[in-house]
Amino acid sequence: MGNLQVVYEVPKIYTGPNHYCPGCFHGIIHRVIAEILQEEGWDDISIGIAPVGCAVLAYDYIDIDWFEAPHGRACANATGIKWAWPDRLVFTYQGDGDAASIGFAETSYAAVRGVNITTIMVNNAVYGMTGGQMAPTTLVGMKTTTSPYGRDPKYAGYPVKMAEHIAQFEGTALSVRVSAFDPQHVLDMKKWIKKAFQYQMEGKGYTFIEVVSTCPTNWRMDPVKAAEFVKNEMIKVYPLGVYKDVGEEKKEG
Amino acid sequence: MGEKVFMKGNEALGEAAVRSGCRLFFGYPITPASELAEYMAYRLPQVGGVFIQAESEVAASNMIYGAGAAGKYAMTASSSPGVSLMQEAISYMAGAEVPAVIINLIRGGPGLGDIQPAQSDYFQAVKGGGHGDYRNLVYAPSTLQEAVDLMPMLFQNAFKYRMLAMMVVDGLVGQMMEAVEFKYDIDPDSIPVPDWALSGKKMHGGKKNVNTSLELDPNKLAEHNFKLFEKYQKVYENERMFEAFELEEPDIDVMIVAYGTAARIIKTAVKNLRAKGYKVGLFRPITLWPFPDKELKEYAEKTEHILTVEMSMGQLIEDVKLSIFDPNKKYHLMPYPGGIVPTPKEVEDKVIEILKGGAK
Repeated sequence: MGNLQVVYEVPKIYTGPNHYCPGCFHGIIHRVIAEILQEEGWDDISIGIAPVGCAVLAYDYIDIDWFEAPHGRACANATGIKWAWPDRLVFTYQGDGDAASIGFAETSYAAVRGVNITTIMVNNAVYGMTGGQMAPTTLVGMKTTTSPYGRDPKYAGYPVKMAEHIAQFEGTALSVRVSAFDPQHVLDMKKWIKKAFQYQMEGKGYTFIEVVSTCPTNWRMDPVKAAEFVKNEMIKVYPLGVYKDVGEEKKEG
Repeated sequence: MGEKVFMKGNEALGEAAVRSGCRLFFGYPITPASELAEYMAYRLPQVGGVFIQAESEVAASNMIYGAGAAGKYAMTASSSPGVSLMQEAISYMAGAEVPAVIINLIRGGPGLGDIQPAQSDYFQAVKGGGHGDYRNLVYAPSTLQEAVDLMPMLFQNAFKYRMLAMMVVDGLVGQMMEAVEFKYDIDPDSIPVPDWALSGKKMHGGKKNVNTSLELDPNKLAEHNFKLFEKYQKVYENERMFEAFELEEPDIDVMIVAYGTAARIIKTAVKNLRAKGYKVGLFRPITLWPFPDKELKEYAEKTEHILTVEMSMGQLIEDVKLSIFDPNKKYHLMPYPGGIVPTPKEVEDKVIEILKGGAK
């Protein structure tokens, strides 16, 4: 047994089990955040802001200080917390309805002001917790409980592309869209969330990570099909990639 | 310390907050409260503080919500339509027991209304403009000096009881220039960070703090509601404030009840009526919640006639009647809506009319 060694373990600060549906990416994203905070020793100085949405109980799953925000207001609350403690690591964890609909102004203005906080926005194209209603990110033609004939642009317009939107502001240091539908993309997501936190600790400005995710329950799909839907359909509308990275810009300059 | 300066009301309120130890202000412009934000934008950087202009009152109130949960003195100021937008955060702060200070320079409503001094947000401030069962500490000074004197108490009581402290003054207090004296200057570094603050685990022994207003178990939420109301009961017992002006005699012809600017004007009416031989006095609540109900009832024993003068359409009078709770008394109302301020002469005429038996 002497040549056996631990190559992987769940981070100690990840305090599951969680309430998420099978095939949902929230659990993976939580674990990745927990890994980063523990590996970098940031868990002692971190304050997370949980949203209203499926991740409303995120504060039960990572062993750091947490604030539970009103629907959409996470970035405003985070702004207050960050200015109270400018040297802490402050991040919001939000869904697409939270960050891109009811909280569109608060999220945008965190970028406008270049507040040194990080937003992780999980985009699964529906309101999950309330039972699968149309979200700002619902694909055109996609059926939800409030778009039973499919999202019709005549009434509902078109999907909101947050990573692109946030990238336009000078206060934004990093805006990236990632996913987690296979192990390679999970590792990639970890790299970018870590970079976002690093930029925040260096005081570079607002950092934004959009994670294209699933909702097997409300999409009426099994976990494998939901992951395939992300890979084959979602990222056609939401292309993965780096939309802004001031670090890279500086290197090029 | 202690120097008397000539200042605009809004600026003096800002300076009072700075001297109370507040270093975080989040605001959004609105008449007649804008000069308070302007003053903080000028003053806070001089003392190592931070002024942030929010994108809306919704955001500004959620920023003080965050800063309060982080354990720091934080403030916003607005006027009626803006404070309506803050009701979301106010309700959440009550549920999550987050302390902060909001100044409402009330203007005439409803809707956009006008920008003149009013008291028509009494119900919103006192009875709860947001959802759920909760209370706010509500202070209603009647002069700028009193507002300045009360300011440290707003922050201290907000943190002592972990609840929102609101100051309601009308636009007149904010816009008028007066001589004012600052009797304190509190060093923010002397204010301890509470052990419940969100400040990173290392600040509080490695055990995480969670600040939330969410409780999905109805039994636990009920328990929380009862706990909040035990706290409010303590606040009621400890924090009621009022002024009794010319109410010493055992018998009074008419007792006037008024607060804020209305009360300040009525003092002149009381003096003029006294000079004519009328035994008239003023009961002035300083805290609107907790309302000084026991004290008001005691003074009401001295008189048959209670005249409520308010810059609203009959909001204060509801608490006056509830406090006295005596159908044999005669209750009179002088409502001044729309941003109209009472004159001493009108109040004097009304008192004389009541005593002639002509008033209903």
